[in-house]
Amino acid sequence: MIDLSINTDLTIKILTGFIKTELNRVGFNKTLMGLSGGIDSAVSLYLSARAFGPENVLAVRMPYAKHSSSKTSPQDTLEDAQTMIDDLGVQSMTVEITEMVDPLIDHYEDMTKLRAGNIMARMRMIVLYDQSVPFKGLVMGTSNKTEMLLGYSTIFGDSAAALQPIGDLYKTQVRQLAKALGVPDKVIQKAPSADLWAGQTDEGELGFTYAEVDKLLYLLVDQRYRPEACVEEGFDKAFVERVMGMMRRNHFKRVMPPIAKLSQRTIGYDFLYPRDWGT
Amino acid sequence: MIGLMMKIKIALAQFNSKLGDVKANLEKHLELIEEAHKQNADLVIFPELSLTGYVLQDLAYNVALRPHQEDPVFNKLFKASKDIDLVVGFVHEDRRHRFYIAAAYLSEGKTRHIHNKVYLPTYGMFDEGRFFAEGDSVRAFDTKFGRVGMLICEDFWHASLPYLLWLDGADFLLFSSASPGRGLTESPRLSSSLWVEHTNRAYAGLFTNFVVHANKVGYEDGLNFWGGSTIFDPYGELVIRAPDFESTLAVAEIDLNQLHRSRARLPLLRDERTNVVLRELERILGVK
Repeated sequence: MIDLSINTDLTIKILTGFIKTELNRVGFNKTLMGLSGGIDSAVSLYLSARAFGPENVLAVRMPYAKHSSSKTSPQDTLEDAQTMIDDLGVQSMTVEITEMVDPLIDHYEDMTKLRAGNIMARMRMIVLYDQSVPFKGLVMGTSNKTEMLLGYSTIFGDSAAALQPIGDLYKTQVRQLAKALGVPDKVIQKAPSADLWAGQTDEGELGFTYAEVDKLLYLLVDQRYRPEACVEEGFDKAFVERVMGMMRRNHFKRVMPPIAKLSQRTIGYDFLYPRDWGT
Repeated sequence: MIGLMMKIKIALAQFNSKLGDVKANLEKHLELIEEAHKQNADLVIFPELSLTGYVLQDLAYNVALRPHQEDPVFNKLFKASKDIDLVVGFVHEDRRHRFYIAAAYLSEGKTRHIHNKVYLPTYGMFDEGRFFAEGDSVRAFDTKFGRVGMLICEDFWHASLPYLLWLDGADFLLFSSASPGRGLTESPRLSSSLWVEHTNRAYAGLFTNFVVHANKVGYEDGLNFWGGSTIFDPYGELVIRAPDFESTLAVAEIDLNQLHRSRARLPLLRDERTNVVLRELERILGVK
């Protein structure tokens, strides 16, 4: 039986401790993150507020809202974000990215939805890393294990962060955690979306549900099942192959770029120090 | 000394090291030793690699120590061990410059024993075999409380080492570890915590021994260390459990008369047939 249930009290204890320790040890006690109105950034926000107190957390809303036909940040998403900001009492700001990204998007006639979406994700990263300086905080990650394994993210965009507190929780588990943290039901219930274009939903674009793929990933990754064994367990062969393909193809997003080795001692190969060195 | 001292107090120094900063960790050790002394503890046990932190990688070679009087770190620990016995964790550099994960038992200003970790986990999240040399012996030794054996983390995931220490006369198994927490389920404790505790309880009951375990807390490079340090008595009953994830000095008294009572009731040690073990091992290994 595949059971992705988690003890949320224990999870919250470990993750708030992680957030606090990892920031404090490098001299920070504040954090900021993009708040989309979706469940992942909501969970990172609620965890951060518990770890540091709401006054030390900055939620940044970064809507894109110019082209009426391709307006991608729906009003109710912004309202959901506001509800959570009010609920927690965290600091907040709104930085509209429309004027920043449109010159680049409009510069090319052959611009695609995917390219435009990636430009937006990377602009949000720039805004967050810029705001981290005046706010004197580090950028909190909002990626979950499902999207990391599938590679369903923009490299150097939404995947860029100082810490990834929910990176070892499947989407299904993030939902359980969200409920325990008091994230509004509306945010938990709504269809997950990268909001890269109007009407986009993750599950529509991926072609499968998180509930299904989380179970498969749990067998493949956590339980070390071979793909054939997953088919024997009842998963569709084409589905298993597709997921395996996504994991393999997008592995580059999960690792540092390889350095061409030349010397006797090279970063990443035989110059190996913990990130938390000396702290 | 047994007969004079039938009750002893053991302090489990469940704490978080500063990664790669021996000086800072030494100060913390001395504070906790002082605190344990104030609480009249006879023995204080620190977790694995307590003087250095666990996820060392190449830092291992910079933080290695030699447990001599001239070593400024050990010199202070020797002084601190005049009034209270100590088990400390460190990177041990031997005369030939091999680096071991080690535990030192210090008493009355001297080294009583050093154990070099025999089993270095090099799989999954662990990479110890890449950076450290394997210890190649396991020995019990005498202390003022009785005969003791020390093991470090993966050492006691192999039943053979506690068994050997038991046969070598150890009535106390002193385990230190830096055990990364993993296995999130619906349980209020991690799978790793439950597993280690079950195992330690089993050793206590099967060997009718005291089993003392000091585990690290804190976070290093994304790993969490769960603490939950314990003492089990020779009946396999829990004497004390420090809270999970919290830095603490947990002190408990144990009654050495329990060894007498539990072994009178359940003579597993008396009945252990080492000749059968030896004969069958020789057959299995093709020695004879």
